[in-house]
Amino acid sequence: MRTIQFREALREAMSEEMRKDPTIFLMGEEVAQYDGAYKVSQGMLAEFGEKRVIDTPIAELGFAGIGVGAAMNGLRPIIEFMTFNFSLVAIDQIINSAAKITSMSGGQFSVPIVFRGPTGSAGMLSSQHSQAFENWYANCPGLKVIVPSNPNDAKGLLKSAIRDNNPVIFMESEQMYGDKGEVPDGEYLIPIGVADIKRKGKDVTIVSFGKIMKVVLNAAEELSKEGIDAEVIDLRTVRPIDYATVIESVKKTNRLVLVEESWPLGNISTEVAFKVQKDAFDYLDAPIKRVNCMDVPLPYAPSLIEAFLPNIERVVKEVKSVMYRK
Amino acid sequence: MGKLKFSKDQYLKWYEEMLLYRKFEEKAGQLYIQQKIRGFCHLYIGQEALVAGAASVLLKDDNMITAYRDHVHPMAKGVTPRAVMAELFAKSTGCSKGKGGSMHMFSKEHRFFGGHGIVGGQIPLGAGIAFADKFLGNDNVTLCYMGDGAVRQGAFHEALNMAMTWKLPVVFIIENNNYAMGTSVERTSNITDLYKLGHAYEMPSSAMDGMTVEDVHFAIEEAVLRARKGDGPTLLEMKTYRYRGHSMSDPAKYRTKEEVEEYKAQDPIQKVLKTIIENKWASDEELETINNRVKDVVEDSVTFAEESPYPEASELYTDVYAEADYPYIVD
Repeated sequence: MRTIQFREALREAMSEEMRKDPTIFLMGEEVAQYDGAYKVSQGMLAEFGEKRVIDTPIAELGFAGIGVGAAMNGLRPIIEFMTFNFSLVAIDQIINSAAKITSMSGGQFSVPIVFRGPTGSAGMLSSQHSQAFENWYANCPGLKVIVPSNPNDAKGLLKSAIRDNNPVIFMESEQMYGDKGEVPDGEYLIPIGVADIKRKGKDVTIVSFGKIMKVVLNAAEELSKEGIDAEVIDLRTVRPIDYATVIESVKKTNRLVLVEESWPLGNISTEVAFKVQKDAFDYLDAPIKRVNCMDVPLPYAPSLIEAFLPNIERVVKEVKSVMYRK
Repeated sequence: MGKLKFSKDQYLKWYEEMLLYRKFEEKAGQLYIQQKIRGFCHLYIGQEALVAGAASVLLKDDNMITAYRDHVHPMAKGVTPRAVMAELFAKSTGCSKGKGGSMHMFSKEHRFFGGHGIVGGQIPLGAGIAFADKFLGNDNVTLCYMGDGAVRQGAFHEALNMAMTWKLPVVFIIENNNYAMGTSVERTSNITDLYKLGHAYEMPSSAMDGMTVEDVHFAIEEAVLRARKGDGPTLLEMKTYRYRGHSMSDPAKYRTKEEVEEYKAQDPIQKVLKTIIENKWASDEELETINNRVKDVVEDSVTFAEESPYPEASELYTDVYAEADYPYIVD
């Protein structure tokens, strides 16, 4: 095992796949000469050349659509958004083209494309640079949506995403790129749609994914000091969702708290809670709780950000509430 | 005149093709009124030369993509009238298996990349299809059609900019029928010579009479040659007219009867017919044979569509993902 940064894991995934398959290319703003706005693609222009590592103008709608067209005609594009906040001007091509062309064409055209980049908040960036889009994209059939939480998962899942014959949304975080973690030396893949139990426990199930997993794992440590043994599940993929792993866990712990950096209306927490109440109603010993963002745009001030985001304290509080403990 | 370049056979072919497009669309309009065809239905009547003049240029492996006025383009690429009519009827034998309908014809086999329903959405896709061909090193060319309304979308400008910067082998064809639904070109911008928009990206751009199939052919031939040589894209503004409303539900009250008649006097099919008759390339009987053949093909397509089955309910869960075992949420 080696310890590498999250951004290096992503780079290894892309580079390994590009060495094997000459139809893969990386396209986006500042991916080539600048070596990546967050240095994910550092060195890739030097290795693969300008034919396969391509700087674009600031035209997300245009280059997202060019990626989809290229995917319809035999290539396997990786389209980098500097942040998924900018994907909003490209969303027509993601939803109306990438996600629907296979269906509308009666299965004639597949769209093997990866759209990747950071999602969610990343410090004091105020409202337009801080939104989480996992549940937006997860809502749309035709897409797959992956949100890894550590370098190991990021590498194995990105390789699977690149090999997948469907459009895949792959979401990262500016606040994870520098995270270090153990990654195997050799090649490996992690299947899309399989959750991972990051911490075994028996008293309560906490389900989360992506960057906010760090908060959850720290909260689980805090809880253990008070004698509460939490099982922490990392969904890793939010379309499709691995409901079975969650339901198995809830049948064991009888309690569920969902933690997600997202506005509360119609998010992944809502969806998982629905499924659990339907399929494991008799196993629940307490109402399902969730820790989400507040129902407002994220402002600039640190005091307001603190009040907006899920944090350890809020997770601990909701876990205790489902444990009926103070 | 360059018009002499074309043979008797080419003229007869154009005549039969355009007549087929016209009769097919007239039939589609009737069937829409009978509610056998549902959804939105946008007819190509009046604009036939824009596609016939491309069919006489394109090679088998060249690509075509367009917006939602798309019944005729796939036929020019080799899709059968049966497959298009069956798609209009929402039948499983349709060219999109009954899942696309009027606005979403597709044929991978014939390199027809769709039928797209969001105005301008197909323009970056067309550039991307051409991007792939250039990347793969073949000499295929993509024709990317759009209406005059689409040139006001950001997608048009972003795609033209990148296509020109990267010298992509694509020809952008504006079907300028002067109305974006009910809004005339003059009401949408100070720039009413639409080909001039290409100048912003230093793209070779020109306008031509889209009611004259020879002119369409020449323009597309030159642009396709440029693309095939690796010299990049072209923007062509083809001035045309749709005799019917924007869609079947549009009474077209925004234009005068005189205007419609003025364009009908320049009918592209009648012009070709006139050339054939003047040159004595076909007798009345021979023309009648063509007319009857077209009529039979259209009738046959309707019979085929009528007799074909709707997709099975189980088809709902096919073709959404590349794999058959995707775990759909079925509660």
